[in-house]
Amino acid sequence: MAILTREEAKKIIDKVLSYSKADEMSVALNGNRTGNIRYARNSVSTSGESTNQSLAVTAVFGKKSGTATINEFDDASLEKTVRRAEEIAKLAPENPEYVPMLGPQNYAETKSFAQSTADIDPEYRAKAAFESLDPCKKKNLTAAGYLEDSAGFTAIGNSKGLFGYNKATSVDFTITVRTADGLGSGYAIRDVNDVSKLSTKAATEVAMQKALASVSARALEPGKYTVILEPAAAVDLLGNMMRSMDARNADEGRSFLSKKGGETRLGEKLFDERVTIYSDPTNAEIPGSPFAGSGGGRFGGGGVDGRPQEKVTWIENGVVKNMTYSQFWAQKKGVKATPSPSGFIMVGGTESLADMIKNTEKGILVTRFWYIRAVDPQTLLYTGLTRDGTFYIENGKIKFPVKNFRFNESPVIMLNNLEAMGAPQRIGGNLVPPLKIRDFTFSSLSDAV
Amino acid sequence: MNRRDFMQWAGLGAGAVMLPTIPVIGRSVSPEALLDNAIDIATKKRLADAALNAATAKGATYADIRIGRYLNQFVITREDKVQNLVNTESYGVGVRVIADGCWGFAAIADAKSEAQTAKAAEEAVAIAKANARLLKEPVQLAPVKGFGEVSWKAPITKNAFEVPVKEKVDLLLSVNDAAMKNGANYVNSVLFMVNEQKYFASTDGSYIDQDIHRIWPTFTVTTIDPKTGKFATRESLSSPMGMGYEYLQANPADSVKGITTRYNMGYDMLEDITSAAQQAKEKLNAKSVEAGKYDLVLDPSHLWLTIHESVGHPLELDRVLGYEANFAGTSFATLDKWQSKNFNYGSPEVNLFADKTQKGSLGAVGWDDEGVNTKRWDLVKDGTLVNYQAIRDQAHIIGEKESHGCCYADNWGSVQFQRMANVSLAPGKAPLSVEDMIKDVKKGIYIIGDGSFSIDQQRYNFQFGGQLFYEIKDGKIAGMLKDVSYQSNTQEFWNSCVKVCDERDYRLGGSFFDGKGQPSQSSAVSHGSSTARFNGVNVINTARKI
Repeated sequence: MAILTREEAKKIIDKVLSYSKADEMSVALNGNRTGNIRYARNSVSTSGESTNQSLAVTAVFGKKSGTATINEFDDASLEKTVRRAEEIAKLAPENPEYVPMLGPQNYAETKSFAQSTADIDPEYRAKAAFESLDPCKKKNLTAAGYLEDSAGFTAIGNSKGLFGYNKATSVDFTITVRTADGLGSGYAIRDVNDVSKLSTKAATEVAMQKALASVSARALEPGKYTVILEPAAAVDLLGNMMRSMDARNADEGRSFLSKKGGETRLGEKLFDERVTIYSDPTNAEIPGSPFAGSGGGRFGGGGVDGRPQEKVTWIENGVVKNMTYSQFWAQKKGVKATPSPSGFIMVGGTESLADMIKNTEKGILVTRFWYIRAVDPQTLLYTGLTRDGTFYIENGKIKFPVKNFRFNESPVIMLNNLEAMGAPQRIGGNLVPPLKIRDFTFSSLSDAV
Repeated sequence: MNRRDFMQWAGLGAGAVMLPTIPVIGRSVSPEALLDNAIDIATKKRLADAALNAATAKGATYADIRIGRYLNQFVITREDKVQNLVNTESYGVGVRVIADGCWGFAAIADAKSEAQTAKAAEEAVAIAKANARLLKEPVQLAPVKGFGEVSWKAPITKNAFEVPVKEKVDLLLSVNDAAMKNGANYVNSVLFMVNEQKYFASTDGSYIDQDIHRIWPTFTVTTIDPKTGKFATRESLSSPMGMGYEYLQANPADSVKGITTRYNMGYDMLEDITSAAQQAKEKLNAKSVEAGKYDLVLDPSHLWLTIHESVGHPLELDRVLGYEANFAGTSFATLDKWQSKNFNYGSPEVNLFADKTQKGSLGAVGWDDEGVNTKRWDLVKDGTLVNYQAIRDQAHIIGEKESHGCCYADNWGSVQFQRMANVSLAPGKAPLSVEDMIKDVKKGIYIIGDGSFSIDQQRYNFQFGGQLFYEIKDGKIAGMLKDVSYQSNTQEFWNSCVKVCDERDYRLGGSFFDGKGQPSQSSAVSHGSSTARFNGVNVINTARKI
């Protein structure tokens, strides 16, 4: 479907709400077009494009709610969907944790839409793939990559006068380059809202260079090492920690933020004092959604969440400053219901990655991690492996590639062992600096390339 | 949706954020709508023929269409509350073609007219022709005969969608109540049900109608020691199954008694959660493992995941060839190892097979998603690598004349590709019970249930946790351990397999959410085994202080 304007979307939502006989009703209207191209073995493998549109209506009677969804927007279909949501609500079990819907909210302006991305067509994707494949073929390297682009809008509204609208575009690109003998592998990842900022060729050149440089890796003994984690490596461990900051889990005693006696670590200094992590939907480099919960209404959730995304400081100078709250838990605790952010920003330094390497006597440079899984939620211990470019640094220089390691490490311990931070870069919708960490625990070696 | 996301949304993952919402897969509908009649067979055939004819007219040399209706129901509870009840339906068609030697695919939601399916076919041909410019070599399909108009239904005895929601809610709330009465501080439980109604037609002359059911009852019990601030969890020992609601009507013959009850084709949720609550408490005070080499005795409720990661994935031919290099990775099990005919994947005790037919398994279907009738075949025979898992466009690469029948798409809108069959460890041939196996172990750990899992991108180095760990000393269970994970290398691990219990102990485990591909698709797959012993495996201690 076309990307509806704010006014067009509001008209449909208002019409839906006018049919309501429920105590409360919320509506979410979404439309998007996504396309992708995938290649491997230096040849395109799959490619596709799809458009989706949907309108979800949540009706609430007392503490019972029901949701119905439709993708046709004529008056009769809209009214039928309202009636269906109401019927489902009446049959639903009561949700004792239901929280009434919010009234009108003020939403920040976020610049998450770029026309250049909305204009992407199959020709563009084929060209982007060619610009990545061609240099690899010329150097007898093997490329496998994936580009996915999306353009769409979300509008939300409810019977209490709340209305929000946002349109957004995104492009995600990943590229793995391997040497013909299979002994070297390199990787690069990019994500942008505005595709004019993406060069698949430039990203591929980074992956090519890593592939060539990682051939004939030497085995180092597992143990504790000083590491430089590139943003692509640091982001997963940090992201896992950020997703574990739910206040209810902490209050209930089953989180890394829980303490004995039912207390939490809110307000405690848990990390090195240079660690500051915040979120801001208006940040120009990672513009996010202005409201939390963009999807359709659901049973139990009270339909569209609709809480505004605001600037929130989660960790400041090493101290835990905020946790995320569901509306129910915030009401119970009498605090502000802060939603999970769509992306986070870790304050870093000014050094480039090259400078950080130059300032390292002995250490290991990690391009990325792979297959990260939780081992112990109490300590946020994770395991995973290095992949696609792991190098030994000595006296400020990359000396030789090393075999991949398995790690067992907690981001909490890691952020206490902070040595240095470089300039933050956009990665997976977040801003993350390269991190230099001492005593990072590698527990075994892997033969994987 | 991938496994991690599901666990998070359902509040089941360790330390999961318990959001009361689940992203809707398809459109939300009433529970009754899940029992509505779908489109009749004659209409599906008409829609299919329109697409196949349109594709051929535009120059396709091959075309297939999948008309799919995908139904999901989740019931999600915690303690004495229903947190979420989700019913979804997704209907549409996907058309795949070969034109100018290249694959093309297009899908369309809610297509109910011949004009719509024909349009999807034409789009697929256009995409194939556009991408043919970037192609190195044309697609080669292994031949498959046309089966005419045929059908297959999962052999269920009780359709879970026909069971009233209230009965499901009552079951979960009574299960939660039992957990709380037995010392749990918190409990989350979920019932997840799937019905795939799939119609496949191709220019080879097949019109295949299939009805597939899956069910997964599961829970996490949490106990907390307020004095130390420590918490412990114990997850369900159930398995997702290719069954109906009869999976929840357990009879004792479906379970194996022992230090804790383990389940086969029937699951007693009430019994399991009662044990789980007590065991979660016991975990809090269990002895922290001393790192070192141990002989591991691995229950099927645990071993399925090790099989999945270290055998199922590396023997997928698309990974071996490099098609997944940018995401899931490649494989150590390269073609030269297979060609040598003497690559010791495991010890002579190790026989691993792929299977798309086993009753009650998640992978069982009559035909795969490119119209190939399903079968069972060997992957590792007496320890030697003998085959891979391959579909129609890969069979020629390993000199096979036909596909193995393991092609799958997770939705009408996703393109089908090679997915893991049920991959299982054959039971030992000599009679051997679990008790007799343990009697011979001097220093070992008996592991039940799956836990943390991680493996490298070529499937060499792995690390696994579990749910329950029991120390074995001089042939006897000496008590519970905690903080246990083991690390090994695939070939070393399977070569350390010294014994496999006999078929009396053979049970299925499995995954509802095996992820692969870009965009990522989920597939459900079972893995069977009997309890097996692995000597001298490296065990690490995972306790940390923060």
